[in-house]
Amino acid sequence: MEQLLYVAELVMNGLMTGVMYALVALGFVLIFKASGVFNYSQGVLALFAALTLVGIQNGQIPFAHLINAMFGTNLHSFGWTVPSVLAILLTAGVMVLLALAIEKLVLRHLVGQEPIILFMATIGLAYFLEGFGDVMWGADVKTLDVGLPQGISDTAEAWTAQLTGYGFFIDRLDIWAAIVATALVAALVAFSQFTKQGRAMRAVADDHQAALSVGISLQFIWIMVWSIAGFVALVAGIMWGTKSGVQFSLSLIALKALPVLMLGGFTSIPGAIVGGLIIGVGEKLFEFFVGPMIGGATETWFAYVLALIFLVFRPQGLFGERIIERV
Amino acid sequence: MTIMENPAGYITADGRKIGGTLMDLRNITLRFGGVTAIKDISFDIREGEIRAIIGPNGAGKSSMLNVISGFYVPQEGEVWFRGQRRGQMRPYQVARLGIARTFQNIALFDGMSVLDNIMTGRLTMMKSNLLQQAVWRGAAEREETAHREKVEKIIDFLEIQNIRKTPVGRLPYGLKKRVELARALAAEPNLLLLDEPMAGMNVEEKEDMSRFILDVNDEFGTTIALIEHDMGVVMDLSDRVVVMDYGRKIGDGTPDEVRNNQAVIDAYLGVAHD
Amino acid sequence: MIYREAGDFKASYRADGQTFPLRLDRTAYWALLAVAFLVVPFVITDYWATSVLVPFLIYAIAALGLNILVGYTGQVSLGTGGFMAVGAYATYKLTTMFPDVSILIHVVLAGGVTALVGMLFGLPSLRIKGFYLAVSTLAAQFFLIWLFNKVPWFYNYSASGQITMPERTVFGVLVTGPSTSAPAKYLVCLGFAVILAWLARNLTRGTSGRKWMAIRDMDIAAEIIGVNPLTAKLTSFAVSSFMIGIAGALFFAVYLGAAEASESFGINKSFLILFMVIIGGLGSVFGSFAGAAFMVLLPVLLKNVLVGGMGWPTDLAAHIELMIVGALIVFFLIVEPHGLAQLWRLTKEKLRLWPFPH
Repeated sequence: MEQLLYVAELVMNGLMTGVMYALVALGFVLIFKASGVFNYSQGVLALFAALTLVGIQNGQIPFAHLINAMFGTNLHSFGWTVPSVLAILLTAGVMVLLALAIEKLVLRHLVGQEPIILFMATIGLAYFLEGFGDVMWGADVKTLDVGLPQGISDTAEAWTAQLTGYGFFIDRLDIWAAIVATALVAALVAFSQFTKQGRAMRAVADDHQAALSVGISLQFIWIMVWSIAGFVALVAGIMWGTKSGVQFSLSLIALKALPVLMLGGFTSIPGAIVGGLIIGVGEKLFEFFVGPMIGGATETWFAYVLALIFLVFRPQGLFGERIIERV
Repeated sequence: MTIMENPAGYITADGRKIGGTLMDLRNITLRFGGVTAIKDISFDIREGEIRAIIGPNGAGKSSMLNVISGFYVPQEGEVWFRGQRRGQMRPYQVARLGIARTFQNIALFDGMSVLDNIMTGRLTMMKSNLLQQAVWRGAAEREETAHREKVEKIIDFLEIQNIRKTPVGRLPYGLKKRVELARALAAEPNLLLLDEPMAGMNVEEKEDMSRFILDVNDEFGTTIALIEHDMGVVMDLSDRVVVMDYGRKIGDGTPDEVRNNQAVIDAYLGVAHD
Repeated sequence: MIYREAGDFKASYRADGQTFPLRLDRTAYWALLAVAFLVVPFVITDYWATSVLVPFLIYAIAALGLNILVGYTGQVSLGTGGFMAVGAYATYKLTTMFPDVSILIHVVLAGGVTALVGMLFGLPSLRIKGFYLAVSTLAAQFFLIWLFNKVPWFYNYSASGQITMPERTVFGVLVTGPSTSAPAKYLVCLGFAVILAWLARNLTRGTSGRKWMAIRDMDIAAEIIGVNPLTAKLTSFAVSSFMIGIAGALFFAVYLGAAEASESFGINKSFLILFMVIIGGLGSVFGSFAGAAFMVLLPVLLKNVLVGGMGWPTDLAAHIELMIVGALIVFFLIVEPHGLAQLWRLTKEKLRLWPFPH
C-alpha cells in the first residue's frame, strides 16, 4: 500500500513536470504551425527571457561586461530595482523586439527554403542568442523571484494525508505552473479561435500561398507568432528559472521538449500537452522501476528512446496529421 | 476479330513490328479510403507499341500509371508482366524488372549534374561493391567508364551534349523534361512510362518531344505507355489508346476507333452522367 | 591568364571523371600533399600540433563522415558526439584487451564497431524523415553517453570513470600517451585524414554517391528509378559512422589521451561538427576540411585578438565566439548553403575568366 501510494505521488510529480515540458513544447508547436519552422532556439529563448527579466528586475546595466572590457569602466547596475509586474511587461516588450529582429534578419531571407535548412538556421540562432544573452547580462547563475509561491505545499500534504493516510509531497511552484500552463493554453486557443489575427494565423498554417492570396501579411503573422512564442518562452523561463535558477542549463529544457513534440506531433497543441504528461510520468516511473537495475540517471535518454520507438510505429506522432506521399 | 487481336503480334502501317502481350492488367480496382480512383479496369500493353491512356482531369490516369509502376498497390486485380503475375513489390523492385518512368511534375535530382542524373538511370545495373567503389581503381572505374559510354549515346540521341555538366536545377523546363526522359532511357527499360510528357510545353517543344518518343520506340524498340492530355498529340503518336473517365475504362482501340466511340465523345464534350 | 582549361583536353571518359580536371589544380594538390607529409613534420611545434593541426585533422575526419550523411544523403544527424564516443571507447577496450595488436588496426576496427552502431541507429531513418530524424538521432547521443558513463565495463572499472590511453607505438615510434612527439601525433592523424578523404571522394563520385544524392534530392523518385532506400541509407550511415568512429578514436587516443564520455563527446560536439559541415559546404569533401579548419582557427584567432591583443576577459571572448559562430551559421544558410567550398569554386570560376570576364 505504501509502495502504491509512493508511486501515485511519483505520478503526480511526473504530471507536474510534464506540464513544465508541455509549456516549452507549446512554443515549438506555435511557431511550427504558423511558419513551418522547427525552432530549435525555443529553449534559449526561455533562457534569454529569464535573463532579461532578472536583469531588468535588478536594474542591471545591459552589456556592462562588454562596455567595461572595451572602455575600462566599472559599470554594473543602475542602482534601482523594478517591480516584478513591470519587469515582466518590459521583458515581454523585449521579446517582441527580438521577434521583429529575427523576422527581419533571419526568417525573411529563408522563405521557401527546405524545413531542414530552417531547422539548422534556428540552431545557429540558438547559439547566437545564448552568446548574446551572456554578453548582455553576464553568464553567472542568477536567482529569479517574481513572488511565486515555492516549497512543499502543506495544504496538499494535509489533504492527501487525510484522504489516504499518506501525505503527498508536491511543490507549490509545480501547482502554480500547472495552473498557469492551463490558463496559457486556454488563452492561446481562445486567441486562435476567436480573433481575426488568430484566424489569419491558422490560415497561414494551413496554406501559405492561399493565405497570401487573400491578403494576409506573412511578415506580420511571423512576427506575431514569434512574439507569442517569446511570451510562452518567458512564462516557461519564469517557471524553470524560479525552480532551478537562471543559468545555461535552462536552455537545455528545449532538449526535453523535443521528444515531447515527437510523441505528440509537431502540429498539435493537445499533442504537446499529452506528450508532455506522458514523458513527465514515464521517465519518473521508468527511473523508479527500471533505473536501479541499470545504473540510474535514465532521465537523460528515456524520453528520446521512448519517442524514437514510438515514431517508428507512428511517424506522425500521437496527434499529428498523417503525411501522404505523392508523385 | 481485327488484326490487332492477333496474339502473336502484327506489323503496323508504318512497318514497325508489334509483339505479344508485355503487360496485362486484369480487373484493377484502386481505392483511397472511401474514394475509388480506378474501377475494374483491364487492358494490355504489347511489346513494341506506343500505348496511350487518356481521359479528362480526375479520370484516374495518373493513378493507373502509378499502379503500373508499382507505386500504388491495387486492392483488387492482377498485374501480369512478361507472362508472370507480379506480386506486391516495392517500387525499386519494379524498376529492376525493367520498368522506367518519367513524372508529370519532373522528379529530377536537382543537386546533381545532368550527367549524374542520367547515370542514376543505370544504378540498377551497377554491380561493384562498396569496397571496390572505395578503392575506385579497377572494377568501379571500369564499370563507370562502360556505363558512361552508354549514357553518352543517350545524350547524343537527345541532343543535350552542351548541358552535360550543368546542375539540373538551373535548366529550363523543356530541357528538364528531356533530361528526365534521358534518365529513364538510360535504364534500357522493357517498358517506358511517360506521365504527361508534353504538359506545359509550347508547340515547338511538343514537336521535339513527339519526335524523341517516336525515335525511341523506333530505334530501341522500347514499349511505351503514356498519359497525355493533348488529344491531338496522342492520336498521332500512339498505336492504341485506352480512354478513362471517372475511374472507368470507356474506350480502348486504335486512335480512329476511339475517336468515333460515342462514350468517349460524350466524356470529352461533357454529357451529363446518369 | 594562368588558370585555364584551354588546351587541357580530355581524350577519355576516365580523364573527364578525375577529381581535379584542371592541370593546375592537380599540381597544387600534389604540392600540398608533399608539403604536408615532407615539410610540416620537421617544423611542427607542440603548440601548433595541439591547438591547431591535430584537432583540425581529426575534426576534418569527423566532418567528412557527417558530410556523407548530411551533405550527400540528406539525413541530418545530431548524434555525432555519441558516435565519436563509440570509436573512442571501442579503441580503449580493444587496445586494453589486445595490447599486442597494432593501434592502427584497433583504430580501424573501432571505426567498424561505430559503423555497426551507426547502422543500428540509422534504422529508424527508413520511417522517419527530416528533422524528426534529426531529433531522434539525439536518442543515440544521450543513450550512448549514458551507457559509457553508467556501465563500468566500458571504462575498465577505473575509479575516476575516465578512460586513459596507454602508450602505443607504430614502427617503434610512440604515437599515444603523454610523451608522444608532435610530429608523430600529426602524421598519424594526417595519414588517416588523407586516406579517408580519398575513400570518401571515390565513394561519392560513383554508384554509392549517386544513390545517396538521389535519396537526398528526392527520395520517392530515387526509389522509383531503382534505389533501395534501405541499403542506400544504411550504407550511408555505416560509412559516415565509420569515419566518425575513427575520428573519435583518434580524438581520444592521440589528441586527448584521457577522456570522459559526457565531457569529451557531449551534444556540443555534435553541433560543432554539424557547423563545420554547414560552414564548409554540404556535400563537399573539400568543404569538410575547410569547415574544420575554420571552426578550429576561429576560437584560436578570437582568443589571440580579444584576450591576447585587447586584454578582454576569456569568458567574454567565449560568449562573443558563440555569437559569431551562430551568426555565421545563419549567414551561410541564407547566403551560401554550399558553404566555403562553393565560395572557393566561385573564386576559381572567376579566376578562369580573369582578366577578361566578358
